[in-house]
Amino acid sequence: MLRWFLGGREAQGTVEKSAALFIGEEQPKNCFTEMQVLKGHFDIVRFLVQIDDLRVASAGDDGLVLVWNVETGECLYELRGHTQQITAMTSYPYMRGGSTHTALITASSDRTLSLWDPDTGNRVQNVSDLQSSVKCLLVLDRLDVWLSGGNELCVWNSDFELQCKTVHHSDTGISAMVELPKNFIAAAMDKEIVIVKMNVSGSDVAIMPMRHLSDHQDTIRSLININDGLFASGSHIGELIVWDSVDWTIQAYEHILWEEPAGDSQSEVRLTHQKQIERSIQHMSTDGELLVAAVGSGLFVYNVQMKNVVAYRKIAHDSDVLHTMLQEDGQLMTCSEDGSVRMWELQDLPLPAEPASSGLFGMFGTFGRSSKQVCPPAKKVPEVPSLRSLELTGDLIGHSGAVQMFVSFKEKGLVTCSTDHLLIVWRDGELQSQLRSLALFHKLEEHQGL
Amino acid sequence: MIGSPDLVAFTQEDDFGESPDPSLLPEEFSVPLFNHTASTNPWTKTSYAKFSKDFILISEFSEQVGPQPLLTIPSDPKVCGTFDLNYFSLRIMSVDYQASFVGHPPGSNYPKLNFVEDSKVVLVDSKEGAFAYVHHLTLYDLEARGFVRPFCMAYISADEKKIMQQFQELSSEFSKASEMLKSGNRTAFANELEKKLKDLEYTRSVLHKETELQKINNGCYSTQAIEKANELANVEKSIYEHKDLLRQITSYPFRKKKDKDFVQSETEKQADTSSADNPPTSKHSDNAVKSVNETESENRKSSYTPQFIKAKSAKCFDKRLKTLEELCETNFFHQTLEQLNLLEKSFRGDLCFIYTSQITRALLTKQKVTSFLFEPEADWKEETSKNFSISPNNFPVPILNLSGERMSLESYTTCEDVDHVKPSVEGPPESSTSDITQETSEAADTETKGSFGSDKSIEAFVSVSPSNIQSNFFDAIERNKMSIASSSENQKVTNTPHRTSHGSPSEVFRTENLVPIDTACCIGQEGFIYEEPSPELAQECCGDTVVNQEPLSFLQGDPALQMDFILEDSSPNTGLIFPELNTSVLSEEVARINIEDVADNMSYMSTSTSSDRATSPFTYGSALTIKQKKKAGHSALRFIRQYPFAQQAIFCLLSGRTLIILGTDEGTVRKLINALFIFVPNLGKYGESVQPWLCSPFQLTDLQRWKLIGLQRAASPAGSNILHSLNRYSRYISILDCDNKTLRCPPHKGTLISHLADHRTQIKRGSTYFLHVQSMLTQLTAKAFLYTFCHHVHLPMDITDQGSVTSRRTNFLLQLGYTVEESKIVQYLSELIKQHYIIQGPSKGVNQSYFTFNYTTSYLYKI
Repeated sequence: MLRWFLGGREAQGTVEKSAALFIGEEQPKNCFTEMQVLKGHFDIVRFLVQIDDLRVASAGDDGLVLVWNVETGECLYELRGHTQQITAMTSYPYMRGGSTHTALITASSDRTLSLWDPDTGNRVQNVSDLQSSVKCLLVLDRLDVWLSGGNELCVWNSDFELQCKTVHHSDTGISAMVELPKNFIAAAMDKEIVIVKMNVSGSDVAIMPMRHLSDHQDTIRSLININDGLFASGSHIGELIVWDSVDWTIQAYEHILWEEPAGDSQSEVRLTHQKQIERSIQHMSTDGELLVAAVGSGLFVYNVQMKNVVAYRKIAHDSDVLHTMLQEDGQLMTCSEDGSVRMWELQDLPLPAEPASSGLFGMFGTFGRSSKQVCPPAKKVPEVPSLRSLELTGDLIGHSGAVQMFVSFKEKGLVTCSTDHLLIVWRDGELQSQLRSLALFHKLEEHQGL
Repeated sequence: MIGSPDLVAFTQEDDFGESPDPSLLPEEFSVPLFNHTASTNPWTKTSYAKFSKDFILISEFSEQVGPQPLLTIPSDPKVCGTFDLNYFSLRIMSVDYQASFVGHPPGSNYPKLNFVEDSKVVLVDSKEGAFAYVHHLTLYDLEARGFVRPFCMAYISADEKKIMQQFQELSSEFSKASEMLKSGNRTAFANELEKKLKDLEYTRSVLHKETELQKINNGCYSTQAIEKANELANVEKSIYEHKDLLRQITSYPFRKKKDKDFVQSETEKQADTSSADNPPTSKHSDNAVKSVNETESENRKSSYTPQFIKAKSAKCFDKRLKTLEELCETNFFHQTLEQLNLLEKSFRGDLCFIYTSQITRALLTKQKVTSFLFEPEADWKEETSKNFSISPNNFPVPILNLSGERMSLESYTTCEDVDHVKPSVEGPPESSTSDITQETSEAADTETKGSFGSDKSIEAFVSVSPSNIQSNFFDAIERNKMSIASSSENQKVTNTPHRTSHGSPSEVFRTENLVPIDTACCIGQEGFIYEEPSPELAQECCGDTVVNQEPLSFLQGDPALQMDFILEDSSPNTGLIFPELNTSVLSEEVARINIEDVADNMSYMSTSTSSDRATSPFTYGSALTIKQKKKAGHSALRFIRQYPFAQQAIFCLLSGRTLIILGTDEGTVRKLINALFIFVPNLGKYGESVQPWLCSPFQLTDLQRWKLIGLQRAASPAGSNILHSLNRYSRYISILDCDNKTLRCPPHKGTLISHLADHRTQIKRGSTYFLHVQSMLTQLTAKAFLYTFCHHVHLPMDITDQGSVTSRRTNFLLQLGYTVEESKIVQYLSELIKQHYIIQGPSKGVNQSYFTFNYTTSYLYKI
């Protein structure tokens, strides 16, 4: 295409040389046909937190927290207070006047923690002079306390009073936390997962490290709860471990090596490093049964119940995948450093026409295609009965920098945030048009005619 | 379409005077074809008129030399041609009926000023082939006989219908000009009176001394002493007379006031009083200004040295009479001329054209829901209301003063001399002259009557009381004014005469002092924009248009001469002469097209000396005018002839897909922008939806703002950035590559665009094509309106009914006869209408915050 712009006499079309998947301009399954750009940030926007079904808060390196109305794209509040970049943000439900409200807790590199009321735009609480900056936040609704993880783990009550804290762990600090049953917490700390026990007696809370799980070979990049009984962690070199939430034993171990031809579908440790490419597990998401891992620029879908691989794409994006989301209808959405958001559908593969010539992983690398038409890529594939294909159904191009994160508001739209300082709300154009028609007739009625 | 100059010429019937009412044309849409064999030039039938185009003539009935023409607008002598201005001045002045006078009415000791209503008549001079709207007015001059100088302004046209049908408009416009003259004149007159009073008082004191001296020297009863005493008595009387005159002239607004019926407009006043002039503040500042003026008039008084007046010096025939400019304060005079120039411009061209635009204007006011889409921003609305509009950066005081003055005149429909205004429709023209009382100059009277009786070619037609063009805004001002005027009136009554002579003139000077500000404001309005207008732009805006020049071509009887003219043409001033019609004689298609282009280019040149301006109507902060759009019609016509994929490009614009014009040469890109911008829906008043030349890589947000972008293709690294952004956002945009003559965009099917932009179109002229486009787009808009406001299409039967709404929408559009792609156009327009209707706020929908797109494959089109 570039060639055409540069003045080539040939029509563009089949000159696409991109290694990654390219869906083209015809996307009938893509319903996002309207976009609204939200400007307000001055630096990279890294975090999006849904406040309720109408509002979203965004935060990033400029230290600003902005509250937006997703329907109108209006910026409701600018929450100013942090002097440095925001490192973590979470929503914090609390009771006020008999109804539940949602506040925001933000942590910043300026070593402060703040509680904001998004209904008024006020900073309700503020804690400064922390010993280290907080990297992750976890709210425990049940106990009405919340935790901050940095170089140490702190427990706070709803009045922003420090309840207790652990000793200094390490310089790398806690990068992620999940809540486990029976008042246990799993915290990821470099290559280890630390299980912490919380003792609650009355209003006092004490914490005690219980166990260190050091099965990962490299830094843990992501940690999520799958369901009541399982949680999962993913490391920088592509190790995916599914743990039992109660006895903290390994339920499954996958080491994802895109290059390696797999001997079989069983998970094994392969330590051969032929060609080192990015295979860090940046992000994971789950619906309780399926686990999606963003591995480098690829995707990996794993069934935790069956303990088998459901689908995978070695190259799903041109660059690292930063965020994934598994929707109820089986749709998968991913965003990446390449600036695009892609939508995938898990499809059953057609019955194999002939036995595959190569092994399961041997088909990797065949996905880079030149045509802009999507042809089903896996026609000649696998014998693995449960393997399904991950079909690209659409992509959203708008951001000019890495898309850091996105939040879905169902039919109200999808909000993405990016390195290019922008937020974009993507909406269903047809639905919006119908809503505008309703608004029009509503106004017409109010005015008693034109 | 119907208003197009191409067609208008062919729609008039051969028999002058019996042609059907042009007002019927838009209704019937039947265009009786002009008989080609009869004449090669359809415009020639009015060519027996001795002047080339309509003009305005101002004449005076001078007490020294009789009727004489003073000036014409436009002042170019070519306009009047061989037309005998002197003769016509005589004609038009001869119907003046009622020259107001100052006399001693029975029972009054002092001369009384009559505030006379202007008279408005239509004159036909069949001999000269001229029809004229004649507006008589009288101005006061202390040195003139009876203190009055009769003047008249006439709008002279060869088209009788134009005068008759535009009578109301002409009348109201000329009334404005006349009021401006008269208010200036009152100021000047009061000024003059004041000086005269000072002279008289000085004379009195000198005479008094001399009388005393005579008495001492020669005794009380010496002839010299008696003579001096008589002289003194005369001067005394004269002083009283003049004081009374001064009182009359300064109390003018107040007297008008008294007769005015307030009650009816009372309620509206409150509502329409703009925030700028809430009564207390304006009154306050008014007083401030007043005091300023008082000091100024004080200064003036001190600077003026009174002169001794000899007893019987007045009314000498050898004396030089004041010019019109001297009579009414230079500023007012120039303002009036400006007003008249505007008037002349707005009435230029064929009646049919004027009429169509008036109809369009009237209809457009009813179409606010959709008119923002394609209709040019209503610059005519501003044109007509311009004199009332207030530029925001003016503080309220000057407007208050000047306008208040003007207003009081304008709104004053019933005055004490209203008897003099005779609706002469019923009676013979003589009836109006018979109203002249014996005090009126006998000589003039007989002269008038003589000429009147002798020449039957003059017929006076209509005389109508002035239409009421007051605005509520001025009403409110008037009220303030009244209270001030009445206070000064009271002052006069209670205070000493000496005090009066200070107080009341200042009342008059107030207006005069503030004039410069007001003129500035008028210039701003002239430029059609409220920001600082560049003079160049103002010039262009007021310049001739193709359409307006058209009727001129009947001047050119000799085709050969014109051809010569074209050949030797090099000066940009030749826009007046329009050779296109001759080319039909050649009847060679090729030649026609070429000369057509020349013609259109010539019209460009005539309107603006700078070619840059002609190619680009987009200047930051300046409003797009309908004239610029018409010019764009020519570029568009060339574009669709030149580029086979023009229809695709137009489809993109209409369906809201941003079209990027990529090129290395700015001129070429701008030319294409110029050709295409008329197809951009919701263009915005200043063309906000168009970016004619962009050198930086465009951003995602630009797609929201701009629907037509000219983009520089550069070889630099920045250039590759631009290409990268194009590549990245290629799904949202269409790209027209000027250099390679390619267009990359989605395909479309359907006949709509091919009708709109047929490259084999028979339309030859840019302005005609523009009207064609306008009519097609209007049709489209109507469909979009229908689609938007059809309840049953959009309302869901129940909450979970989304799918059926979608299918109903699609079916509705298919039933309207649109293909899937054309439906996108209607849907896009519909979305714009919805947004515009829902918001209807200050944002006006130009900067829509979101944009909608489709996922469709693009193709590459080549020439």
